[in-house]
Amino acid sequence: SENQNGLIIETEMLDSNKDSLKLEAMKRIVAMIARGKNASDLFPAVVKNVACKNIEVKKLVYVYLVRYAEEQQDLALLSISTFQRGLKDPNQLIRASALRVLSSIRVTIIVPIMMLAIKEAASDMSPYVRKTAAHAIPKLHSLDPEQKDQLIEVIEKLLADKTTLVAGSVVMAFEEVCPDRIDLIHKNYRKLCNLLIDVEEWGQVVIINMLTRYARTQFLNPNVNVSITHMYEDEKAEVTTLEKRKPYVMDPDHRLLLRNTKPLLQSRNAAVVMAVAQLYFHLAPKAEVGIIAKALGMFEPYLKSFYIRSTDPTQIKILKLEVLTNLANEANISTILREFQTYIKSMDKDFVAASIQAIGRCATNIGEVRDTCLNGLVQLLSNRDELVVAESVVVIKKLLQMQPEQHSDIIKHMAKLIDNIQVPMARASILWLIGEYCEHVPKIAPDVLRKMAKSFTNEEDIVKLQIINLAAKLYLTNSKQTKLLTQYVLNLAKYDQNYDIRDRARFIRQLIVPTDKSGALNKYAKKLFLALKPAPVLESPFKDRDHFQLGSLSHLLNAKAAGYQELPDWPESAPDPSVRNVEVKDSVCAERTVLTGPEGAGNRKRGRKAVKNQKSASESESESESSESEDESEEESEEESESDTDVRKKKVGLDWNRILANYVVNTLHYIQYTAFYFFK
Amino acid sequence: MIHSLFLVNASGDIFLEKHWKSVVSRSVCDYFFEAVERATEPENVPPVIPTPHHCLINVLRQRIYFVAVIQSEVPPLFVIEFLHRVVDTFQDYFGVCTEAAVKDNVVVVYELLEEMLDNGFPLATESNILKELIKPPTILRTVVNTITGSTNVGEQLPTGQLSVVPWRRTGVKYTNNEAYFDVVEEIDAIIDKSGSTITAEIQGVIDACVKLTGMPDLTLSFMNPRLLDDVSFHPCVRFKRWEAERILSFVPPDGNFRLLSYHVSSQNLVAIPVYVKHNISFREGSSQGRFELTLGPKQTMGKAVESVLVSSQLPRGVLNANLSPSQGTYTFDPVTKLLSWDVGKINPQKLPSLKGSMSLQTGASKPDENPTINLQFKIQQLAVSGLKVNRLDMYGEKYKPFKGIKYMTKAGKFQVRT
Repeated sequence: SENQNGLIIETEMLDSNKDSLKLEAMKRIVAMIARGKNASDLFPAVVKNVACKNIEVKKLVYVYLVRYAEEQQDLALLSISTFQRGLKDPNQLIRASALRVLSSIRVTIIVPIMMLAIKEAASDMSPYVRKTAAHAIPKLHSLDPEQKDQLIEVIEKLLADKTTLVAGSVVMAFEEVCPDRIDLIHKNYRKLCNLLIDVEEWGQVVIINMLTRYARTQFLNPNVNVSITHMYEDEKAEVTTLEKRKPYVMDPDHRLLLRNTKPLLQSRNAAVVMAVAQLYFHLAPKAEVGIIAKALGMFEPYLKSFYIRSTDPTQIKILKLEVLTNLANEANISTILREFQTYIKSMDKDFVAASIQAIGRCATNIGEVRDTCLNGLVQLLSNRDELVVAESVVVIKKLLQMQPEQHSDIIKHMAKLIDNIQVPMARASILWLIGEYCEHVPKIAPDVLRKMAKSFTNEEDIVKLQIINLAAKLYLTNSKQTKLLTQYVLNLAKYDQNYDIRDRARFIRQLIVPTDKSGALNKYAKKLFLALKPAPVLESPFKDRDHFQLGSLSHLLNAKAAGYQELPDWPESAPDPSVRNVEVKDSVCAERTVLTGPEGAGNRKRGRKAVKNQKSASESESESESSESEDESEEESEEESESDTDVRKKKVGLDWNRILANYVVNTLHYIQYTAFYFFK
Repeated sequence: MIHSLFLVNASGDIFLEKHWKSVVSRSVCDYFFEAVERATEPENVPPVIPTPHHCLINVLRQRIYFVAVIQSEVPPLFVIEFLHRVVDTFQDYFGVCTEAAVKDNVVVVYELLEEMLDNGFPLATESNILKELIKPPTILRTVVNTITGSTNVGEQLPTGQLSVVPWRRTGVKYTNNEAYFDVVEEIDAIIDKSGSTITAEIQGVIDACVKLTGMPDLTLSFMNPRLLDDVSFHPCVRFKRWEAERILSFVPPDGNFRLLSYHVSSQNLVAIPVYVKHNISFREGSSQGRFELTLGPKQTMGKAVESVLVSSQLPRGVLNANLSPSQGTYTFDPVTKLLSWDVGKINPQKLPSLKGSMSLQTGASKPDENPTINLQFKIQQLAVSGLKVNRLDMYGEKYKPFKGIKYMTKAGKFQVRT
């Protein structure tokens, strides 16, 4: 009732003639919305004020409308005429905000009005209003997908827009509405590449990601040696091969994209840096990127940047560990192992477990240190912390599988541990190990089975399954000593509560105990159970996500997120590059940039243009626009000569690897989560 | 892109919600709360949490979780960067970004969020543009507005939106024209047991406070620019000029901004300004442990090491610590086992030390873990990398501005292993 009272007061305030009271009421209502309280009852009182003269009241009414219009569709229609009037206002800010609110009201009945408004705004004089139109496109599309075809027309129109303000927003709309219409990009490709550096940072990310996909459909894979395939086909006719063999030449447009994105590696925005890095990863010749994530070789000089601090969040620790493990090689392994040793003493037990696994992976990857690692891990078996011991057991088990003959003493040591270790996974691992190599420990194995038979009923399921396994293997190799024990274990298992265990017991009994009914398989029981098994490959938890575009949500989750666009494979032969050519004036401009490298063009322009433009900004809109284009042409002529010399001065061999690695490391420091995307 | 935003405080209450598309029920945060519960420390909450229908991306700043709700593919870093930008904007507007500040300014917060995103896509994130649209609250303005009924909201499109220098507004006027630059370097280091440096890097920034009339064009040059081979710029910096001449040339934003951040990597030798002598030991079978810590200056180029703060997470088995500091004060929290010692200034003549004993739980065995020691400190008037600004020049305006450069070195993630 208190809430009700409050609402009545606010209704009265809204109905008053004083703007200050209205404003106060709207502020209280917005505060309610922010807290998640329901304020929908006030809708009639609020909607009346949509035409209020006070701009702050008006803005807060907009906030309210957008929040509740969906629930109060009929009442919301009362406000529409105000917005329609707003769309015609001489002030561009008011036109834009009218369109923003109109397109944010999710009321299906006004779809035609929205469509009309968007179309008109798309040809507005003010680039800010056109930007708002681009934003409105995905809103309308999600409200009514049937408008798609008309919206695509608007997108096509806005893609041709030459201002940086619109570029990011329209590409965003393109990505949401018609990401498969790559053909719409052709004519705008060079323009987008050239505008890129001056687009605001969020738009840059979207454009770079889209262009990555575009490039994968239009250009040839720079990393495939074309000549080799030709040689193979025409082995006999060597003369023709020589003629046919064309060395790979990168499409100048492909080069343009790589060159124009490069300076953005200096962006303060980690998302932009990441976008450029993924672009290079997916599009650049190997010589220019190293093989970033695959071989990680380029990160090697930065090994120490990935050393772990006790204050790092766990997920960062685990990522850094992953990087260090991937960087390990014969040369640096001793340093890395020394570092790992300090990690094992950490108080963060999840991290200790991950470190032990990392040691295991180093041991499998680098044969020279296998024994050292194994000995280190065996020492951990006497650690006081059970989790440490358990994790070590699991890793040792995997390592021993690679060369069991030499390590029967370790197996014996592990057999003794079974009395103390409680962690089920570790117990199961030890039992499996003893069963698998029971011939190396003929005296101990039956005794372990005896103890396990005793505790069988109290064990976890995974342990029970391994006890049955151990029993079966011993029965096959040493039935004299273990026949009765095995029978006993199988009987216990037969009446277990768990399906799987009952099933397994029945299955194993049929296999190993010869009866009249048991079929031909009985003869092969030993081969079935004691076959030589391949040693496991210790794998990174980050593997298997290569097929996703680097840095995407899908890549991070390793699952396809809604709206994810597959990165296409390179085409076998390049589609016609002339589709990107544009009319006379533009094509001249594009060629110039191809030749001279436009990175600085935008940047350099900024200063001088800035001064002029700022002055004109205060003048009327149309004027400011025309003066901008004047500036542009003026600037361009100056530009040409300057950047030409610059290019000549520029060193040819840029150390891409170093640059990229630097930025990755830097980004990692800036927002550590970047690492998520890099190391699969 | 970004569907909704929830602000969650340390005790798990949602104190603000904002939706840019249709409303997402706040019950979606239950998945987030589960993740918080699973995490041992607040920092350990995974930044990206998938749920059946949405994906939650969060950042933790000032003990507030900013939880964004995502429904379809978007680069996670994009969202994380944006959330950080939101926090930076709040800090810029309210001085701090605390729960109280957000609640007190809830209307401005809402207006800001409304301008920053449209349909979940960033619209205006540049502080200069926002400040023209929504004026930051000041006591004076609040009073005036209440009396006159005038507003905090601009009626004209910010000039920055349409210009090639969106970060600067037109018509800036000051009676005192000033440009201050702070070179701040943080040392990230790991020092091993024996005192040798395992890794050390410098993270540097140049923060600026520029209050200049009109449309000034500045250039900043360094004595030794080659130190900085790894930089990221504010969008105002002309990249080409830097590439060619190693000079920072820019039309600055108005007010406070970060001009540049840089990284001096571990390959270069980093001077470590302090050393720590330590002896933290437990004996087998004894319920007592020894604790001794001494700090001293090293390679400080004659500058004083100030605001020194030592903290260390002691092993779980430690029940209490009975220590005596030669200067400053120390605290030990028996629940979190966090020891912290506020040292103050290091006097090279009389080195600060903290000595005493730790008591272990009776019957507990000697801890396996070795605590690490985290160090914070400040050194004024020193950039530890040796970076020096050569000169600052202004073009495009006639007046003579007042210019100032300040240097400072701080400990970043500075850790000593024992």
